[in-house]
Amino acid sequence: MAKVLMKGNEALGEAAIRAGCRFFFGYPITPQSELPHYLAKRLPEIGGVFLQAESEVAAINMVYGAAGAGARVMTSSSSPGVSLKMEGISYIAGAELPCVIVNMQRGGPGLGSIQPGQSDYFQAVKGGGHGDYRLLVLAPASIQEMVDLMGLAFALADKYRNPVMILGDGTLGQMMEPVEFPEMIDPDKLPSKPWAARGAKGREPNIINSLYLNPLELEEHNLKLQAKYAQMAEEETRSESYYTDDAEIVLVGYGSSARVCKAAVDQARQQGIKAGLFRPITLFPFPKAEIQAACRQAKSVLTVEMSMGQLVEDVRYNLEFKVPVHFYGRAGGMVPTTRAVVSKITELVQEGGRSA
Amino acid sequence: MITVFERPKSLTPAKTHYCPGCTHGIIHRLVAEVIDELGVREETIGIAPVGCSVLAYNYFNVDMYEAAHGRAPAVATGIKRVHPDKVVFTYQGDGDLAAIGTAEIIHAAARGEKITTIFVNNAIYGMTGGQMAPTTLIGQTATTAPNGRDPEVQGYPIRMSEILATMPGAAYIARVSVHNPQEVAKAKKAVKTAFQVQLERKGFAMVEVLSSCPTNWGLTPLKALEWLKDNMIPYYPLGVQKAPEEVKA
Repeated sequence: MAKVLMKGNEALGEAAIRAGCRFFFGYPITPQSELPHYLAKRLPEIGGVFLQAESEVAAINMVYGAAGAGARVMTSSSSPGVSLKMEGISYIAGAELPCVIVNMQRGGPGLGSIQPGQSDYFQAVKGGGHGDYRLLVLAPASIQEMVDLMGLAFALADKYRNPVMILGDGTLGQMMEPVEFPEMIDPDKLPSKPWAARGAKGREPNIINSLYLNPLELEEHNLKLQAKYAQMAEEETRSESYYTDDAEIVLVGYGSSARVCKAAVDQARQQGIKAGLFRPITLFPFPKAEIQAACRQAKSVLTVEMSMGQLVEDVRYNLEFKVPVHFYGRAGGMVPTTRAVVSKITELVQEGGRSA
Repeated sequence: MITVFERPKSLTPAKTHYCPGCTHGIIHRLVAEVIDELGVREETIGIAPVGCSVLAYNYFNVDMYEAAHGRAPAVATGIKRVHPDKVVFTYQGDGDLAAIGTAEIIHAAARGEKITTIFVNNAIYGMTGGQMAPTTLIGQTATTAPNGRDPEVQGYPIRMSEILATMPGAAYIARVSVHNPQEVAKAKKAVKTAFQVQLERKGFAMVEVLSSCPTNWGLTPLKALEWLKDNMIPYYPLGVQKAPEEVKA
């Protein structure tokens, strides 16, 4: 299939359709609006449903309804909107329903800005809503990767009966790149979901629920969820290592920040500095073995984020505090420049990478 | 032997957790009888709310959801859009539907979602301990309105049926009561119409059922039914608020 030039948000919409998604429920918010615009036009053309909900809260509960009824379903939003969805996301995780949630992050806290941000990392990977649950979080860094990860997102959601979040940012949503789409998946040919509530014809009723009044049962349910997350950590971690084999300084970043880091690594290499980049693609589960391998001979690590320091905590934790991990971040919609990152690399290399 | 009375197929044999004298049991039975009579038990998906009927998924012998507080109409929307040929109903209390879930019910009606809502109004929060509800009457006491609801402080009770009847998307809105056998019979007729309207894809349908709460009203079951009749019905008049022409006739 030939490549087409597309905006990130629109490419995500088409990728969802290719993945067999026929249902979208959402509420308008910048900077992800092109995604619902695209689906509002495209879904009815192929017999799907696009519905603009009265609120983010209603939208995520419509997703709960559609997911429990057996459909591949998606919603998308941006930071303040995703906060509103957290109640529903907790219920979806608790009831073990598959769905895909897109967060095109913008600057925060509060109403923040409409410029790109990465300050929802904690909310995405640590749970976000109430209770012990996790989302499977995928972080693309290009439009093609957004398309590829959308197919994976729906597959993993179904495999684990768990909500999957695609954690992008305003930059990725707005930029254009050439992309190639996979073949269309026919939703009618996907494996059936015997647990779904679609009428108890010739069987006992199915119940979609996250309420367990018996504490022992709820604990058991929690242990089952934890076992699922442990299996994800075993089987689903993804990452990219770029020039890390001989790297004395390893940069860590995801999404748009990782693109800046890659350019900075190239420039540092031209200056004779052995720099590399480790880019987690799954933010939960975090690619622990992979980051340890990528940083095995690093004297220092530099995490670059469009936030005041969230990913950096997981980097330190997963490297088990054996390597000094430094941080460089911009916030409020400011994007780190390659020059600033290279200057930080130079500074750290001159210091000899000792102090953290 | 002739069977004159039995459990509807759409109810499970589970014992309910409802308090003695509570009318939820009657309303559950009416819904189940209607689902049986329409022959749609295996095509029906119900949604339980948060509140006293939170465990309704254990009592209705159909596919069920437990929804977050107030969100049942949004959940129902998601289900119905995936399965437009199935029968989808929500079962909600006054706190769920008229306070925390006001937006969801208003917009489900505005969209004309082809779902049926059973709205049980007992003018109090039962499950959480007798707090004031959006439908608590002026002067009625509650644990969070110990001196009685004062309009200067807590405002006025909401008449949801009247509000929803103004929506072009709402096809059938009726208010009924279950305080005596005659009214129970009328209530069943209304519940049946509300499901038929959905089967005929006419639009949103809701039956508001005035219900008693002896426990939190601090009355015996019989006195509670009298209180309902004497106090609730004057503020919440019974009758069909809105119906398609052929149903009115």
